[in-house]
Amino acid sequence: MTEHVDGNVLAGPLLELFREDMTTATARCAGCGDVSVLATAMVYDASPGWTVRCHVCEDVLLTFVRANGRLRIDLRGITALEV
Amino acid sequence: MGTVASARAETPTGRSILIDVPDWPGNIAGQHVDVRLTAPDGYQATRSYSLASSGPEPRLQLAVDRLPDGEVSPYLVDDLLPGDMLELRGPLGGWFVWKESQTEPVQLIAGGSGVVPLVAMIRAHAASGSTAPMQLLYSVRTPDDRFFADELEKLDTVTYAYTRTEGGGRLTRDALEAAVLPVGAAVFVCGPTGFVEAVASWLVDLGHDAGRIKTERFGGA
Repeated sequence: MTEHVDGNVLAGPLLELFREDMTTATARCAGCGDVSVLATAMVYDASPGWTVRCHVCEDVLLTFVRANGRLRIDLRGITALEV
Repeated sequence: MGTVASARAETPTGRSILIDVPDWPGNIAGQHVDVRLTAPDGYQATRSYSLASSGPEPRLQLAVDRLPDGEVSPYLVDDLLPGDMLELRGPLGGWFVWKESQTEPVQLIAGGSGVVPLVAMIRAHAASGSTAPMQLLYSVRTPDDRFFADELEKLDTVTYAYTRTEGGGRLTRDALEAAVLPVGAAVFVCGPTGFVEAVASWLVDLGHDAGRIKTERFGGA
């Protein structure tokens, strides 16, 4: 697995779907229940997108895929988001 | 869109770039922009770059290190010229930021070009007249590889850790302990992923609250 970066890097892409900066939003992990700001999540390059993992249990929180001018976000690993 | 005003070599592999963005809404120290390059065939690549500037000024400063196999940084370091247009989105990120309303002591820890957002914090701190202590530990290969060397040279709040000089070497836990503010300080760590991982885990070992350590990893060194 390649080296990850921090959730800070998601600020730009998430603005395409949400109205506010989502890196300071908290997300609850479906795997372990940890609640942390998205800025602390672990972001792995998975061109043409990213895989975002919980910094505690490393389960997948969300995935991004950018293709054909569309941005698709799969939120399967998040059971709550709070801004 | 921004227009390049000027660029200056900072290190053998990096430079700082001033960019005018007329409708810039201002930014907080520590925020970044996403820069998007589009090739003639339509291929696009986007990368995040921290700002060394902050405040309301519509003239931004980036500082970029050239990654040998990078898709965006070689263009920014080697090819971009004054007058060129640059597609950028921002300001971005509200977490890895320092605001003058923060009154606790602040320890900044940089690895290589990770110093860029921390320089923004040092500048904002100085401009604000804040009395909160703020100091920087800067781990970098050699003195020639320092970004903003002249500016940082004037400060007595910077400790350097050279990793590729005679007698130097990778930052150690003991050297970190000797150089950082005591437990209770807010800590910002920015650098290559391996550097940030090591520093953050040492800080926790030394008793720092993980919740007060903010990190920004930018991948491979």
